[in-house]
Parts: sequence; C-alpha cells; structure tokens
Amino acid sequence: MLIWLAVFAGLGWLPAGQLFGFIAFAIAFILVAGGLLSSTFHLGHPERAWRAMSQWKTSWLSREGLIAVLTFIPTGLFAAGWVFLGRNDGALLMLGAAGALMSLMTVYCTAMIYASLKAIPAWSNVWTPPAYLVLSLATGAVLVTFISAVFGLDTVQPMIVTALIALAAALAIKLAYWSARSGAAPVSTSASATGMDRFGKVTLIEAPHSESNYLMEEMGFRIARKHASKLRAYAIGLGFLLPLALLAAVGWTQLPMPEIWLGVAVLSCAFGIIAERWLFFAEARHVVTLYYGETSA
Amino acid sequence: MTQLPSTPPQKKLGLVIDLDICVGCHACAVNCKEWNTGGHSAPLTDLDPYGAKPKGVWFNRIHTFEAHNEETGESRTVHFPKSCLHCDDAPCVTVCPTGASYKREEDGIVLVNGDICIGCKLCSWACPYGAREYDEDEGVMKKCTLCIDRIYNEALPEENRVPACVSTCPAGARHFGDLGDPQSDVSLLVEARGGVALMPEQGTRPVNRYLPPRQKTGKDVAPRMLEHQDDSNEGAGLLARWVDKILS
Repeated sequence: MLIWLAVFAGLGWLPAGQLFGFIAFAIAFILVAGGLLSSTFHLGHPERAWRAMSQWKTSWLSREGLIAVLTFIPTGLFAAGWVFLGRNDGALLMLGAAGALMSLMTVYCTAMIYASLKAIPAWSNVWTPPAYLVLSLATGAVLVTFISAVFGLDTVQPMIVTALIALAAALAIKLAYWSARSGAAPVSTSASATGMDRFGKVTLIEAPHSESNYLMEEMGFRIARKHASKLRAYAIGLGFLLPLALLAAVGWTQLPMPEIWLGVAVLSCAFGIIAERWLFFAEARHVVTLYYGETSA
Repeated sequence: MTQLPSTPPQKKLGLVIDLDICVGCHACAVNCKEWNTGGHSAPLTDLDPYGAKPKGVWFNRIHTFEAHNEETGESRTVHFPKSCLHCDDAPCVTVCPTGASYKREEDGIVLVNGDICIGCKLCSWACPYGAREYDEDEGVMKKCTLCIDRIYNEALPEENRVPACVSTCPAGARHFGDLGDPQSDVSLLVEARGGVALMPEQGTRPVNRYLPPRQKTGKDVAPRMLEHQDDSNEGAGLLARWVDKILS
C-alpha cells in the first residue's frame, strides 16, 4: 500500500488531498503497526524485542525488524507532507520513493525468513520471495484502488488495470508454486534422519514419550492439513478470482456504486489471503516430523 | 553474536551414540533432565507434571524405530536417542535475531543465553533435528548444553566430567569426546564403525555421530518360528507318535 501510494503519486494519479492522504496513510500505518505489534506480542519476552534488530549480519528476522522500523522514517515524512502540507511531489515524493523501496525490502526480508529455513522444503524454495513480493503488491493495489474509488477519483481506471495485473501475477505464482510442490521429491526421509538407509524402510514404532511435546504442537498442524484442498479453493476463489472479476466489472462496465463492489473485492481478497497464509503454514512439513512418525518431508 | 565463529573451532566436543548397543532404557534422558533442571539452563520446566497431560522441556528424547528390509523380510528395532548435534553450520545460530544463540569458538558447543532470548522460536524452526524446545513458563528457548557445567567442572571428580547422559548410560552406548581431533577415541570409534551424520542433506554439518547397528552375519540366526506338525508325526518321539496314533 505504501509502495502504491508513492508510485501512484509519482504518476500523478493521486491528488495531494489532505483528507485522502490522512485516510490512506492511517489505514496503511495501522496495518503495518498492527502486524509489527502482533509479532512482538507473541514473543516470549516482548520487552526484549529491541534486541531483535542487532543481528542483521546473519538473521533475516533481524533484517526485517530493522528495515520495517526504519521504513517509518521516510514514509512518515512523506505522509506528514501529504497530510499537513497538502503536497506529494518534489523532495517529499523522493522520500515516498525511498519508503516504497524500503517497504519492498522489508517484504523481501520477511520472505527470506521462510525461504532460508532448509528444514521446511515447502518454504525453502525459489517461489517464496516472488510470492511474498507480488502478493503484497497485489493486495496493496486492491486496497489503494478501493480508497481512490471511495474518494471518487477519476484515475481509478488505470489503478484497476494495475491491480488486475498484480493479482493475476500473484495467482500465477501461487499456482506455479502449488504445482511445483505437488511434484517435489522429498528432501529428507526417516532413513536419512536416523542414518539407517542401508537397513531398509525406517518407521517410527514408539514415540519418546506418552504425551505431546513442544515440537509436535509447534510443527504438527494436522487439522489444517486435513482441510488443505478446501482452503486452497477458498484462497483461489476469494483471494484471486472474485476480486479479479469485480475489478474487471468495475473497470469495464458501468456498474453503479463502484466503491461498494471494490469494497467487496477488498474483503474477499482479505479472507482469501488469510486462507492462503494459513495454508502456507499448514502445508509446510518440517523435517523434524520424521522423528515423530512421518517417513518423508 | 549469531555469526558462527570466523575460524571454525579446532576442538569439536560432541557425542557418539552406538545404535547397536542402546537398549532404549531412557536412563540418559532421565539423568539429563535431573542434571539440567539444576544446571546452566535451569529449570527444565514441567507443566502439569502430575496432571492428565504433562508436558515439559527435555534436551534428550529416545525414539524407537523399526527398519524393515523387504528383500530379506528381516526387521530390526533400533532405539534412537536424540539431542542437540552441535552442528558446525548451525542454522539455529545464524537465524537468531538477538545474539542469544551462539556457537563457542573454543569447543564448538552451541548455547542459548537465556537472559537476552526473546522467545521468537525461529531457531526451533531452523533446526532440522528438533533439538530446541521452548520453555513456556520462562518464555525462552532451551537446548542441550553438552553439560557445559559438568565437563569443565573442577569440583567434580575427573571421571565424572562428562555429560550426564554419558555418565549414566548403563549399556555404554554413549561416548563423549573431541570429534575435531582425528586421533581421539571417539574419532577412531567413528572411523572403525562407519559412524554417520544425521540428515547430511540439510547441510548443517553436525558434530555428533551415530554408529549404525552392526550387520547380521547370517550365521547364528535362530529359526524364525516353530514349524507346525499338524500333518505328519515325522521326527516326533515315540510317546508323541503313540499318542498321535491313538487320537487320530
């Protein structure tokens, strides 16, 4: 969203209206801050969260935290200029562009947190970074297009085209990812996990303990996996197909009240992407499950 | 610092576990828990210990696997103790955002500084082996310390300066030593028995080694089951044949 606000402002598609600026940036910052705060509060020690910015030399999580917080500086100034001075050009636009670039870098770092985990083959592959980048661009474009339509801007049409392209690209990447995963050979097996390849087929016959443990609960996800095909249908239908259809309908027909239809597209996209995110975690099989009954991962 | 040591540790302390000997008695896990709940990463919290669903932090867990060879029809049961492998390329260390996870330059031991860990759990996701466990009560990650508070502990008699799991193993299936020294007892043992690294394809370069069960020689194999004698009395003793004759 922050990216598109800068890009569309640069293209002259967004007037430096103060109310528009206030609403758009308020939504963007609430979403970003909400995300950062929720990840902070699920920590075991939220009060130590500042320490997470220290290890940017090796840790993608550290890099993500650092860039995410730094991004507030240029985007905050860009937003302040827009809201208080009614301007989004010149030096302010440069700040916006810097913020847009840093936002993209933040998303890339987020993707690399997952892509760098070799123990989870479903994440550790070439599809993860492009999927994160294009999904974030697509959802942001849909949201900015909706806000612009609410304000009755006459530049909504090219934004719809942008959002359509981004959504279609995101869908293509997700479909390619799913098809690549379905045919992927296992990276590790219970035989390699125990070093007993030469003795034949290796299966767990007794667990180390009678009750559950941290590893089984954190990396188990059996329930969500059971509903994978249903969730995938929701992700594709609500996350991509319905918003694509609504955007196209608003763009090329004379639908009354386009902002309502675009609002439905935003909601549908949000629910679809929640399903997609859920699946991304649920379908990720950690190789540690090889010690708890799985035979390949 | 969560950078791995710039010069790889010369000394690589670790464990060698003999799967041919382990009887799956869980004594190593129990003594590990016993020592470490008062050690470097103490306590090893137990939640609901006497309730219906007890759950707690353990650094060592013993899994039992069966390996079945479909060609020979032979199966073998292998007890498989698993704890931290103190990897050379420890992914749990480099993902840590705070510097709480580190690998010691002097002996390669991987540790967590519980005072700065934020409990993000990312290290447990990075570890392929499930060596790290989250202490819900303290909100930090915990892991095997290779009993760092025993192996250098001058208050203990020298023969006790080995990890708790090694000192307690009644079968002698666990060995402790410097795997960085090719002439050490453990290195020679690994060499002689063809010791293996777990999941080498994960690229973690673990220090610990597992000695696979010995191949059966083919001789000295007991009959798989008794042969039924329902159809004939051939080979039976005189009395049995006589009873068989009367009854049939």
